[in-house]
Amino acid sequence: MRQFLLYIVIVLAGLLFISRLFYLQIYNPSSDNLFEDNAIRKVYDYPKRGFVFDRNGELLVSNQPSYDVMVIPREVKPLDTLEFCSLLKIDKQRFKDIYEKAYRYSPRLPSVFIPQLSKADYAVLQEKMRKFEGFYIQKRSLRHYQTTIGANVLGDIGEVNYGDMKNDPYYKSGDLKGKQGVEASYENILRGVKGIKFIQKDRFNRNIGPYKEGIYDTLPVQGKDITITIDAKLQAYGELLMRNKRGGVIAIEPSSGEILAMIAAPTYNPNLLVGRDRSKNFTKLFNDSIAKPLFNRSLQGVYEPGSPFKLMNALIALQEGVMTPNEIVTCSGGYHYGGRVMGCHCAYGTRNNMVGGIMHSCNAYFATAYRKILDKNGSASDGIDKWSAHAKSFGLGNFLNNDLFVGQKGRIPDRDYYKYIYPNTFYSTYTISNAIGQGEVATTPIQLANMIAAIANRGYYYTPHIIKHIEGEDIPEDFTTPKYTSIDKQNFEPVIEGMLQVYKQGTAAALQVKDIDICGKTGTVENFAIVDSVKTQLTDHSIFVAFAPKDNPKIALAVFVENGYWGSRFAGRVASLLIEKHLKGEITRTDLEDWLLRHTLEHEYAKPYSGKPFGINRATTLEEVSPEEYKGLKDELAKLNNQNIDG
Amino acid sequence: MVRNTHRHFKFDWITIILFLLLAGFGWINIISASHVGEEINYFDFSQPYGKQLIFIFLTFILIVLLLAIDAKFYERFSSVIYIISMVSLLGLFVFGKNVNGATSWYGIGGMTIQPSEFAKMATALAVAKYVSDLNTNIKNFKDQIQVFIIIIIPALLVLLQNDTGSTIVYGAFFFVLYREGLPKIYLNIGVSLIFISILSLKFGGLFTTIAAGILIFGYYFLNKRRSNILLIIAVFLLSAGASFGIKFFYNSVLQPHQKDRISLWLRLEKDPEKLERMKQTFAYNLNESEKAIGSGGFTGRGFMEGTRTTGKFVPEQHTDYIFSTVGEEWGFFGSTMVVILFVLLLLRILHLAELQKSQFSRVYGYSVAAIIFVHFFINIGMVMGLIPTIGIPLPLFSYGGSGLWAFTILIFIFIKLDSNRINEW
Repeated sequence: MRQFLLYIVIVLAGLLFISRLFYLQIYNPSSDNLFEDNAIRKVYDYPKRGFVFDRNGELLVSNQPSYDVMVIPREVKPLDTLEFCSLLKIDKQRFKDIYEKAYRYSPRLPSVFIPQLSKADYAVLQEKMRKFEGFYIQKRSLRHYQTTIGANVLGDIGEVNYGDMKNDPYYKSGDLKGKQGVEASYENILRGVKGIKFIQKDRFNRNIGPYKEGIYDTLPVQGKDITITIDAKLQAYGELLMRNKRGGVIAIEPSSGEILAMIAAPTYNPNLLVGRDRSKNFTKLFNDSIAKPLFNRSLQGVYEPGSPFKLMNALIALQEGVMTPNEIVTCSGGYHYGGRVMGCHCAYGTRNNMVGGIMHSCNAYFATAYRKILDKNGSASDGIDKWSAHAKSFGLGNFLNNDLFVGQKGRIPDRDYYKYIYPNTFYSTYTISNAIGQGEVATTPIQLANMIAAIANRGYYYTPHIIKHIEGEDIPEDFTTPKYTSIDKQNFEPVIEGMLQVYKQGTAAALQVKDIDICGKTGTVENFAIVDSVKTQLTDHSIFVAFAPKDNPKIALAVFVENGYWGSRFAGRVASLLIEKHLKGEITRTDLEDWLLRHTLEHEYAKPYSGKPFGINRATTLEEVSPEEYKGLKDELAKLNNQNIDG
Repeated sequence: MVRNTHRHFKFDWITIILFLLLAGFGWINIISASHVGEEINYFDFSQPYGKQLIFIFLTFILIVLLLAIDAKFYERFSSVIYIISMVSLLGLFVFGKNVNGATSWYGIGGMTIQPSEFAKMATALAVAKYVSDLNTNIKNFKDQIQVFIIIIIPALLVLLQNDTGSTIVYGAFFFVLYREGLPKIYLNIGVSLIFISILSLKFGGLFTTIAAGILIFGYYFLNKRRSNILLIIAVFLLSAGASFGIKFFYNSVLQPHQKDRISLWLRLEKDPEKLERMKQTFAYNLNESEKAIGSGGFTGRGFMEGTRTTGKFVPEQHTDYIFSTVGEEWGFFGSTMVVILFVLLLLRILHLAELQKSQFSRVYGYSVAAIIFVHFFINIGMVMGLIPTIGIPLPLFSYGGSGLWAFTILIFIFIKLDSNRINEW
C-alpha cells in the first residue's frame, strides 16, 4: 500500500487538472470573439451618413463636422484651468465635476469631456490645445438640417442605448442611430457600414500594432443618399398654415401613393435636436405633455373620422346593392329609431338622393344606408362583418405596413368587437353612430387620406410611402403594386359627384378655388377629454378630406384640426390652400391664407387646463394672434413665396 | 563480454525523451510569452527566449558531465554536496541579491543564480544517504528527528529569504519517508490537518469542532472493535484545538499577502472594495491567466496567435504563469498533452525507483518524483485557480537557467544511478 500512495496522488492530480482544463476550455470557455476580446482594441472608421433630398431634388439633410473635447485623465498635466474653462465656456466647478466623472469611468480610457463644440469654439480652442496635455479633440459627424421644417418627417439621430446594442451587435456604445422619422426607417441605408480596425494592445492598454497584420480589418461603406416623396415647399407652406393649431395633415399623390406632405402641428425646428443642446431640447420637447410636439399627429393621432366616413358608407351601400344613387331619403331634421333620435342639421322634410346626402352631410340619409347594409340578409351580425371587410379593404383599421416609423391601427369594428357589449342580441341600431363616422370607428389622418386616394383612383390605392428613390437600389415592390378595394369602379362615380357638389354648393362652397374641380367632404366630430377626472366635452374637431382635380387626381388629402369647431372652418381652408399650392404653385385665395395665419386656437387648447368652467362650440370665440406675430407669419410667408420664384 | 560494449548507453531513454519533449515544448511557449513585435530572431540573446536557448544548450553539456561521472560519486559525496549547498544558502544573507522581495539570487556578472533550486537536489541526496544507512530505521523516533533536521534546514533558510513557495516544496519529502516506513500516524495527522484547516477557515472553528466530534465519536461507537476511549477523547481534543488554533495561526502568523491569497481561494472575502483591490494586484494574474486558458478552447489559437499572450496580459507569463500560454495557444488538446507528459514522466521515475536494488537509489528516485510532482501540482493548480497563489516554477517549462539546470541535475543523477542498476546486472 505504501508504494502506491504517490502513484495514486499523481494520477489523481492529472485527472483533476484535465477536468479543470475541460471546465475552463470546453465547458465554459471565455469568448474567442474578437469583438469581446479585451486584448483587442476596436477602432471604428465611421462612413458618411447618406443625404436626404426632397422630391424636387432639394437637399434637406446633410452632415456637419462636430468636435468633441476628449480627456484621458491619467495623462492630464497641471494646466491653466481658468483659461481652459473660459475657452470651453464652463465654470471651474463644472470642470471639476466632469473631470472626476471621467476619472471614475477610467483613468486610462478616453472620455468625452465636452461634446459637440461649435465650429467657432473649435477654431479658438484648436490653436491652444497643445497647452492642455491629456486633452484632445475628436472629430465626429453630425446631421446638418438645411431647413427648419419637417421635423416629424426627417426625424433625428441620437446615441444608441442599451436596447439598441442588445438587439443589433453592429451598434457599439457611442454610435449614432436614427431615432425617429426617415432617419429611423432608413437607418440601414443611410448609415452605411462602419469600417473597423483591430489593434492588439498590451496589459497597459497601449497599442502594440495591428492584430494579425490587419487581415480582419474592414473599410467603411458609405451611406446611400435617399430622395423622399415630400415636397419641401408644400410641407413648409402646410406647416406655416397649421401654426397656432394642433392636428395633422397628410397629402398623398393618388397615382403613386407618394406622401407629398406630412404635417404634424405643433412641430419644432429639427436643428434643436443637433449638437450640444440635443438632450436638453429633447427633454423639453418630451416633457411637453400638453402640446406634445414629438407626437406625430398625422400618423399616430387616432380620431373618429366623422362625416368623411359617410363616403365609405355610401360606397358600401352601392356595392351591396341596398341603395341606388337616385333613391330618396327624407330627413325629418334627424333620424328616428326605437324612440330615439339622431339629430341632423337638414330642415324638416328635406329630400336627399345620394349626391344630396353627401353634399349636405345628411345624418338621416347615412343612418338609413348603414341600417340597410347591416340588415341586408336579416342578420346585423353578418351585416356588420361584411361592412367591416369593405372598410378594411381601404387600409383602415390596421397598420398600413409602410416605411414610416410610427403608426396606429385605428379601429373598424366587426361583430367580434362587440361580443362583450352585446353578447346575445345585436341590431343595426345598436351601432348607428358608425353611420356618421363616430361611435367605434377611428382612423388616423394618413389612413383617411389613403381612403380618399383610393376614392380618387376609383377603387385602388398604393400603400402611402415616403421613399422615392434610393441611390443604386429599387424601392420595395410593395409600394408600386396597386391594392384593390372591394368596391367596383362604377360605384365611385356617384360618391365623387357628391364630393364635387360639396365644393360647388354644399358645406365647402365658400372654399372654391378657381379653375380647379375639387372633390371634398367636411367633418365635424364631437370629442371628449378627461378634465379634473370628469369626462368633459370639448369643442368639435374640424376635419376635411379632399382630392383634386376630379379627373386624373394629383393630390388627395386629409386635414385634422383639433377643436376647430366645424369642418370647413379651419381644416377646409387648409385643404383648399394646399391643393391650390400643389396644382398651381401659387395662391389666388389669399383671403383664406390670411384668415388662417391671423387666427389661433391656442385659447381653445388652454381651456381644459384653465381650471375654470368653459363653454364649447357655440360658446367659443374666434381669436386672433398678436399683430407682431401676425407680421412675423406674413414675413415667413413672403420668404416662402420668394423661394418659389427663385426655384 | 558483449555487455561491456553497451555499457555507457544503457540509459532509460523513455525518461530522457519525456524530459526532452517537455523542455522543448517549454521553450516554444517561452517564445510566445516573451517575444515582442512580429519579428523573431531566435538568437537574440537579450530576449528571454534567446537566453533560454543558451540555457538549454548548456544543459546538454551538463547532461554529458552528469552521465560521465561515476554513479558511486553521488552517494559517496552526498554529504559534501549537501553541506556546500547549505553554505551557499547561508551566503545569500550576506551576498544575496533581492529580486521581487526574495533574497534568493547570487549576481555573477550579468547572470543570476538561485541556489535554492539546487538545494532540493542536495537535500534529496542527503535524505537518500541518511535513510539508506544501515543504522537508520525510520520507524524510530530518533531517526525521524534526524532526517527531519536534514530537511528543515534548507526549508527554513529559504523561508527566511522570503521564498515561501520553495519552503513548501520540501513537504515533498513526506512522500519519500512514508514510502520508506514512516508510521501511518503522520499521514493521518497531515491529512486531518489539511481538512481541519480548510473547514475551519471556511466555516469557523465551532463548526469544524462539531463535525470532527461527530466523525470521531461516530467512529468509536460504530466500530465493533472498541478503541480506547481515552485515546478517542484525546484525538477529539486535539482536533478541537487545531480547529481553533488554525484561526489564530491564520490571523497572527501569516503575512497579510498570504492571508489575502487564502481568503480569495476559499472565497472568504466579502468586502467588495477589498475584492476590487485584490483584482488589481495578485488576483489580476490569476484572473487573466484563467481567461487566457479559457480562450484557448479545444484546439487553442495557435503558436504566437494568443491575443492575451501577445498583449502580455498575464504578468510573469514566461516564468510562473507559462502554463497559461499553453492553455491559450494550444488549447485543451495541448494542455492535456502537457499534463499527461508530466504524469508519464513522474510515473516512469517512480516505476524506475521501485526497481532499484540499492536503497539509496530508490530513495533518491522517489525524492525526484516527489519534488517534481509538488512543483507540477502547485504551479498548474495555481495557474488554473485550484489552489492559492504560490510562486514556484513549472519544472522544465518556466523560463530561468537555475531552475532548468537544477531539474536537469535532479533527473539525470537519477538516470545515472538507474543506468548503474542496469549495467550491474
